Amino acid sequence: MISMFTFLLMSTIATSALFFTGCSGGADTKAIGSVADAAMKVYVAPGAKDEFYDFASGGFSGQVAVIGLPSGRLIRVIPVFSMDPEKAWGFSEETKPMLMTSHGFIPWDDSHHPEFSMNDGVPDGRFLFINANNTPRIARIDLTDFRTKEILEIPNSAGNHSSPFTTENSEYVVAGTRFSLPIPNEDVSIETYSEKFKGTLSFIKVDKATGRMSLAFQIVMPGFDYDLAHAGKGPSHDWIFFTCYNTERANTMKEINASQNDKDFIVGINWKRCEELAAQGKGQVVNVSYAHNIYNDETHTASSAIEKNVRILSPADTKGNVFYMPTPKSPHGCDIDPSGEYIVGGGKLATVIPVLSFSKMLTAIQDQKFDKEIDGVPVLNYKAILAGEVEKPGLGPLHTEFDGKGFAYTSMFVSSEIVKWSLKDYKVVDRVPTYYSIGHLGIPGGDTKKPWGKYVIAYNKITKDRFLPTGPELFHAAQLYDITGEKMKLLLDFPTIGEPHYAQACPADLIMKNSKKIYQLAQNKHPYATKKEADARVVRKGNEVHVYMTTIRSHFAPDNIEGIKVGDKVYWHLTNLEQDWDVPHGFALLGANNSELLIMPGETCTLLWEPKTPGVYPFYCTDFCSALHQEMQGYVRVSPSGSSTALTWNARK
Amino acid sequence: MTMKSRLFMVLASALLIGLFFVPMWSITLEAPQYPKGYELGILISINEVRGANEFDLQNVNGLNHYIGMKPIDESAIPELEYMPLIVGVLIAVGLLTSLIGKRQLVVVWLVLLLIAGTLGMYDFYRWEYDYGHNLDPRAAIKIPGMSYQPPLFGSEKLLNITAYSYPAIGSYLILLSVVFAALAWWIARKKVSRLPLRTVGT
Repeated sequence: MISMFTFLLMSTIATSALFFTGCSGGADTKAIGSVADAAMKVYVAPGAKDEFYDFASGGFSGQVAVIGLPSGRLIRVIPVFSMDPEKAWGFSEETKPMLMTSHGFIPWDDSHHPEFSMNDGVPDGRFLFINANNTPRIARIDLTDFRTKEILEIPNSAGNHSSPFTTENSEYVVAGTRFSLPIPNEDVSIETYSEKFKGTLSFIKVDKATGRMSLAFQIVMPGFDYDLAHAGKGPSHDWIFFTCYNTERANTMKEINASQNDKDFIVGINWKRCEELAAQGKGQVVNVSYAHNIYNDETHTASSAIEKNVRILSPADTKGNVFYMPTPKSPHGCDIDPSGEYIVGGGKLATVIPVLSFSKMLTAIQDQKFDKEIDGVPVLNYKAILAGEVEKPGLGPLHTEFDGKGFAYTSMFVSSEIVKWSLKDYKVVDRVPTYYSIGHLGIPGGDTKKPWGKYVIAYNKITKDRFLPTGPELFHAAQLYDITGEKMKLLLDFPTIGEPHYAQACPADLIMKNSKKIYQLAQNKHPYATKKEADARVVRKGNEVHVYMTTIRSHFAPDNIEGIKVGDKVYWHLTNLEQDWDVPHGFALLGANNSELLIMPGETCTLLWEPKTPGVYPFYCTDFCSALHQEMQGYVRVSPSGSSTALTWNARK
Repeated sequence: MTMKSRLFMVLASALLIGLFFVPMWSITLEAPQYPKGYELGILISINEVRGANEFDLQNVNGLNHYIGMKPIDESAIPELEYMPLIVGVLIAVGLLTSLIGKRQLVVVWLVLLLIAGTLGMYDFYRWEYDYGHNLDPRAAIKIPGMSYQPPLFGSEKLLNITAYSYPAIGSYLILLSVVFAALAWWIARKKVSRLPLRTVGT
């Protein structure tokens, strides 16, 4: 025994010595095997492009990160729910309305789940939806120019977490509430939680042609915490499933009080039938207030409107179309396999991974195998709907994705690993550690009908020692694994932005073929656009001054302006006359209290400036646009309020 | 001229109609900022000068302003007005030749085409010279002794830009037209030499 121990110790020392001398920084050769093999698989040679786009939520950054796979390189951050001074998102006059809500302007949110628009159960490459968790909203990002084009607030909701999962053809995206509320929200004692608080599941219709969203109806449910969702596909096309916990209806110390029941639920909803019921006028239309913000591609300008009504269906209205399916314990992830038959619940505190059967669920409903009813919603019998349980999977199962070859991959937060198991016999076939405490995981197309089962990516909550340290605050690490073989193989660590919750990836071709290069100047319908340099001018309307300015390599027109006075509201409307790919111009003004502008070719952007002190203020182009970029600058003169300085500007000399 | 020979002459003339629709010459500009697949291109026809892609001409003019080159402006090039007329006349004369059927006229037509082609190339050279040398003295980039004339044929590196100048489909149409006219002339010649034999035979 002692000699065995000595042998192990010796070999460990020998191995460490090997990789400390052999590899820089001490790569974990135990996990990756051959460094050269792993490097070959993730190396995207200069000039070559990544194979997949990966869209990762920015979590508390409120944005979306665009990452190339397999390189793990960050290629874009799309501003969505948080202001971004770099891109003037929420700072320019055109984009301020995008961040309006019924609570007024909100500069930040917490984004969790990116979701591709789908056609026949596979991504169609048109749009990406993502939720705001804190002030419930859903955004739609246009994948031709990677810009947020629409944000819809969700009324009667809080903790918009089980969102924005889409049905098989993106007929709907859904939004379930994780923090139940009094509905309508009113001044009541929190102690009334169990009787007065309700959860809502919102169904947002997506227009097939334009992608426009509209809140179609909400289903009011008992006051549990509705956590995650996924829509059915194929045979289960008409159904959507939500996990829920806190079936104890606790309103304090939920970590203990909401962890008492052995089983919580997955809610199964026949959305197709509910859609019909709503169309028949079932339920009631109630008065609410929620913002609907739309960015107009032609005017490059967003508008925000408050909408007033929503149709609410109660359990009585939806009878026979909404069921609770018992699921052990405090389930989080709710994932449907590519065939649409298996529903996998990730019970955070469960010792098994339950796999529920859609066909058995239908039979159980037919045979009325109900254990009980909660607030009018029947609870199906667990045994009757169970396909099988994955035993001893690890600790803290959260999310499951599929490779399309009969295997499921479940993230294990507590034991910090990915577990691969078979959908045939529910046996674990492989497991790999993650670094550390994985939350979501992603396989390109891993929640669709046809996964591209080449990689699985771990999105972790803890980073610790994986990268050069940056003080107490670290970014969240992700890992890329090769899943083409029998065993998963670690290939790469890469950084992310904010906290990546869910991420979705798809083949690059699907998106890059439609990627815009410029905005057509001829189609620019911005009311303050200046289409040619000869039209550049300055117009005063009382104390409002509108500067119609153009940019082209390498000058502003006009670039000298006089006659601005303290107390004026100066609107700088900049139109970039360039029609050449990757030639933006920037605009920054000394003392401006907002941000810069970054104007894409053919676009018009507006910065509001309210000068406070007389003097001369320089402005300049912030984007190194050309050899004479440093010369791209100008001056604006500010005179005291009431002075007689004439409004003048120069033409090109 | 035989029927076959006349037909070739009709074809030779008709091919020139294509010049109204396709470019004769192409200049491609490649630079570190405009790599392979994203080059800027200028296409020159008898009646227009345009970009290979929608905004190429605008972007070429945008770049050229740094060296003080005049913007390429169709309205400043009178040739675009009268070149179509010249080609129209050539087509008409060609068709007339096939109608009249005189073999010597084919030679006249070929000579006319050759003169027009040579003058065209000379004119093209003159414009290139003008654009390349006649620069704004207030230009931002001035390099003593440097001119920016693109090559008449072939490629040349001008600062960061490599210019490629090659015939486009229209030039190949002209070449084909010459071949057809020559064929018309050749066939007619054979026919002439055979005619007396047939006369003897009958």
